[in-house]
Amino acid sequence: MSDFSYVPVLAQLGDDFFGDREGATERCPGNNGLCPGWIADNFSDFVDPFWEHVLLSIVPLAIGFVVATGLALLAHRYRGLQPIFLGFVGALFTIPSIAFYLILLNITGRGYTTAVVVLTAYTQVLIYRNVMTGLQEVPRETVDVAEGMGLTRRQILWRVELPMALPTIFAGLRIAASSTVGIAGFAFFAGAGGLGGEIFADPAFKGNVVTASLLMILLATVLELIVLAVQRAFTPWERAASS
Amino acid sequence: MSTEATAQAGSREDSARSAVAAPLELREVVKHYPGAAKPAVDHLSLEVPAGEICVLVGPSGCGKTTAMRMVNRMIDITDGDILIGGNSVRDRKPADLRREIGYVIQQIGLFPHKTIGENIATVPHLLGWDKQRTRARVEELLNIIGLPGDFRDRYPSQLSGGQRQRVGVARALAADPPLMLMDEPFGAIDPINRERLQNEFLRLQAELRKTIVFVTHDIDEAIKMGDRIAILKEGGILAQYAPPAELLMYPAEPFVEDFVGSDRALKRLALQRVRDIDLWKAPLVRIGEPVSDVKAKLADADLEIPLVVDEHGRPKGWLSERGLQGERVREDFRSPAEPIVELDDILRDALSDLLSADSQYGPVVDADGCVAGVLSIEALSHALSVPAQHVPSATELAAAED
Repeated sequence: MSDFSYVPVLAQLGDDFFGDREGATERCPGNNGLCPGWIADNFSDFVDPFWEHVLLSIVPLAIGFVVATGLALLAHRYRGLQPIFLGFVGALFTIPSIAFYLILLNITGRGYTTAVVVLTAYTQVLIYRNVMTGLQEVPRETVDVAEGMGLTRRQILWRVELPMALPTIFAGLRIAASSTVGIAGFAFFAGAGGLGGEIFADPAFKGNVVTASLLMILLATVLELIVLAVQRAFTPWERAASS
Repeated sequence: MSTEATAQAGSREDSARSAVAAPLELREVVKHYPGAAKPAVDHLSLEVPAGEICVLVGPSGCGKTTAMRMVNRMIDITDGDILIGGNSVRDRKPADLRREIGYVIQQIGLFPHKTIGENIATVPHLLGWDKQRTRARVEELLNIIGLPGDFRDRYPSQLSGGQRQRVGVARALAADPPLMLMDEPFGAIDPINRERLQNEFLRLQAELRKTIVFVTHDIDEAIKMGDRIAILKEGGILAQYAPPAELLMYPAEPFVEDFVGSDRALKRLALQRVRDIDLWKAPLVRIGEPVSDVKAKLADADLEIPLVVDEHGRPKGWLSERGLQGERVREDFRSPAEPIVELDDILRDALSDLLSADSQYGPVVDADGCVAGVLSIEALSHALSVPAQHVPSATELAAAED
């Protein structure tokens, strides 16, 4: 985790980002071992951060999906916007999350909102690019014949282009889901909690690191499966093609 | 489309499924793209009577597709006007206009995310038909194009190329449009299936009698499908507009002559069937018949060799001289009755049969196998000199077949 170099800086953000884990080493004679006993004893400490993490993943994904799709639809309508939007969402993705939190410190302060803003920004490039690609991959003749049968621009978008782009859009959403779960691990630097807090409470102690990480992997997997299930429900023709 | 403007097409009372078609007129239509040195379509004037197929044909860059796409305003008209059933397309909202015009393109462009039923129902859906009416129409169209009813719930990816093409046609026909635009509709189909789909479509058209604008680059397809053919040359200039037979017999200019090819006389053979030309009358005799009767028949026939038929009138063979020696006709053949040509064969196939059998003539039989006359190379040659206006169009041929 290269973000470690930020830790001294982050001390300024607040005083609670290193939680109290003093009892941990006492109870784990192996000293920095996995300590299953410790995990069993302290598992309840992970429940609240886990649900925080769930919200830190789902909310940015939902907002990010709406915003990125909106941007893509605008860019689809006004082609001139495409390079501008792509550059913008691409640039957002390159800002390190810790730096992002520091930048926003003066605007939104610390807390949940700041974390959601940053995590939403990161979803943009993944979702936007896939919506755009999906729309562009709709064959020209399909749009042509839709126009020729008397569908309006808007009807073509909603009844032909967007449905046909769905598989690609959902693919972007899946990548964004696992990516957001991962990046939300840094949300505690903004004071928004989440499983990251449990990891950084004692980065050297393996029990908490492993437990928090496994919970994040579980969350990422479940989210992906949910998106996949929704995708299957919305794109029945995809299954027909393979059968 | 107002009801006064739509003409009842075709005189055939039995075309139960649909009978509405509108005449189409292009008046001095020009398409000039901004910045282009020359127009893409240059003062094009055409009249297509209701219920006829007008084929736009020409080399690439001749503006045939552009001309077609101006009809439903997929491309804006620079100058001139297009009238459907007497009404200018310029006065219509493009989307409304297009819903009244069937549209089929080479790639077919079925919506992959919609079922076959939903694809066919596209325009009825746009027009706000109720569920019951739409469902009934989809069922009717699947039946017309010869696909089982359970195809309604399949997706395009589950169909073969030929089936998809049929669905494309059904989708264009869904709201019973008075006019259809077809841009190389069979272009992406392999040759064997293309032939079959063309024939199928002609049979369908013989019944539906839609007004159709059909774009192709293939002159053979144009001759086969067109009631009238408009040959365009580069720059969107109309070189000739005529029925296929006239085009083949009297090409208006060297460009047309080149475009239809040096085998244009042979191409005419594909336009007619054996039943369309004057067949020779053969002296038909039966074994055991009095020879004196045969003499009378010979005097009345176009051929001096008696053709022996069985009790049902089916050809058995050409009688030899010795068969006539005696009181009654004896079974003694000089040669078998080959090749046997059918009334419904096109002249090209019939000629091919005669040539491969190395024969000057052959008996022609009807659907029951009974002799209807004799086809000779001489008669064929005579048929090619018949004035073009007596040669039927593809749609008429298909109608006659039913």
